[in-house]
Amino acid sequence: MSAMRIAGGLGLVVGLGLAAGPGFALEGDADRGERVAGTCTACHQADGMGMAMPQGESWPRLAGLPAAYIAKQLHDFKAGRRENATMMPFANMLDDQQIVDVAAYYAQLAPWPSLPDDYRAADPGKSAEWLAERGDWSRTVPGCNQCHGPNGQGVGSHFPPLAGQHAGYLAAQLEGWREGRRRNDPNGLMRGVAERLSDDEIASIADYYATLPERLAASGAPLTGEDAQ
Amino acid sequence: MNLRSIVPWLAGSLLMAGALGGAVADESDAPQRDYQVPLPEAPAGEATFQPPAEADIPDTPYGDMVRLGRDLFLDTQRLRDEYVFNDQNCSNCHLDAGRLANSAPMWASVGMYPAYRGKNDKVNTMAERIQGCFTYSMNGIPPEYGSEPLVALQTYFHWLATGAPINESLPGRGYPGLEEPAQAPDRGRGAELFAERCAICHGDGGQGQTVGERQVFPPLWGDGAYNWGAGMHRVNTAANFIKANMPLGQPYSLSDQQAWDLAAFINGHERPQDPRRRTLKSVDETDRIFHQHMGYYGDTVDGHRLGDHDDYGENPGAE
Repeated sequence: MSAMRIAGGLGLVVGLGLAAGPGFALEGDADRGERVAGTCTACHQADGMGMAMPQGESWPRLAGLPAAYIAKQLHDFKAGRRENATMMPFANMLDDQQIVDVAAYYAQLAPWPSLPDDYRAADPGKSAEWLAERGDWSRTVPGCNQCHGPNGQGVGSHFPPLAGQHAGYLAAQLEGWREGRRRNDPNGLMRGVAERLSDDEIASIADYYATLPERLAASGAPLTGEDAQ
Repeated sequence: MNLRSIVPWLAGSLLMAGALGGAVADESDAPQRDYQVPLPEAPAGEATFQPPAEADIPDTPYGDMVRLGRDLFLDTQRLRDEYVFNDQNCSNCHLDAGRLANSAPMWASVGMYPAYRGKNDKVNTMAERIQGCFTYSMNGIPPEYGSEPLVALQTYFHWLATGAPINESLPGRGYPGLEEPAQAPDRGRGAELFAERCAICHGDGGQGQTVGERQVFPPLWGDGAYNWGAGMHRVNTAANFIKANMPLGQPYSLSDQQAWDLAAFINGHERPQDPRRRTLKSVDETDRIFHQHMGYYGDTVDGHRLGDHDDYGENPGAE
């Protein structure tokens, strides 16, 4: 049932011309994917948790991302819809089957932390929290969580989790959308938002989500999944 | 399938406006009330009114009630199974917690009530208007007069309207009315567009998406959606909303025709029964009395007569 739904969703993406390739019809195998992932670990690490780089674009956490999301990104690197000099040659080495396999591998490596989903009123005195929860509608900026879910933990395979991702990576994506290097967002949803954000806002919202799981844990909010230990 | 064209829709509603004066004059019990008072058109032009900032909600018992109303507006699901029996929150249709112009902002609504309505020959208060939202948009049971949820919501709306003129239709009120489309709204075109632009959030089957217990994207049809009595089930209301507010963060990105086609597609689906049907003899009667407008209630679509069922969603009824 859920596989059908994912397939349907991807069919939509294909129909839009945002992604293409017969790879989407293939079934991923995590064991095969582990062998493919050998080339990925230098940056994304053996545990798939990526690495924060003090300067520049961090290597993103892949462990626990939705498989369909990872697969779409790899296709988009190949097709140039997502420009990245580091990733492009690696993505080009993968065929459609390897893409779904490696996506399946990283998706099951460790669950993304599941954060509280109950409503909490945003504090208007905290600008990043406000932007995350409520946005800035005077500039037509929706709250990030309005699509990425409560505490930015991700919704389905189109809205990836933000909380617990590396700040440098998140900031680089917003800049990429704003400047047109990344243009694989469905319906241009991210581009419009990123264009309306200032540099300071990008830095602060990226830091907000990178540190959110820790801060929630420190405030006594229950965590589940791998980060709970 | 094919659609009722707009012209008969409009002609029908004009005829009924006259004919209904007598037919519904004695409607006195709450469920039969049509809660939508026709209000003067919002004047054209940019909205200039600014509601106060949330940081300025005072730290007083009054401010506490404002905050509670704000919380109920954003998280109406906390009233689930008591007053709310679908998956909606107020802020789904009134963006930015009821603050956003052209998204039926509450600051523009407050000053328009109480309002007289010829159709039921009585003055309708803001409290009754909010109760109507619970009955229809939330497929629920209206909170009683004086109950905390109703007081909190009214207090929040009143605070949002701080400094707004009273009894004056302000620019930005309601959803901006679209002109009649060049072509009759087409469900087929709407379906294609829905798959391209809307399904990513609302799901291929219009079912919305949740994370844990939290409804992130609301369902647009089915048991979790607004019922057949809600204003949003009208094709024109939905088209107006869509044009000015959807997709989220991309207002006015769709053409008028696209907004009409999407509204026709979405509202040509089944949803919980109109609660007024409970006290009426038949779908025909409900259709005749309450559905002489731009909607699909009682119409046969794809071989199925919409609204011809006893499914009131999760709402158990008032008794």
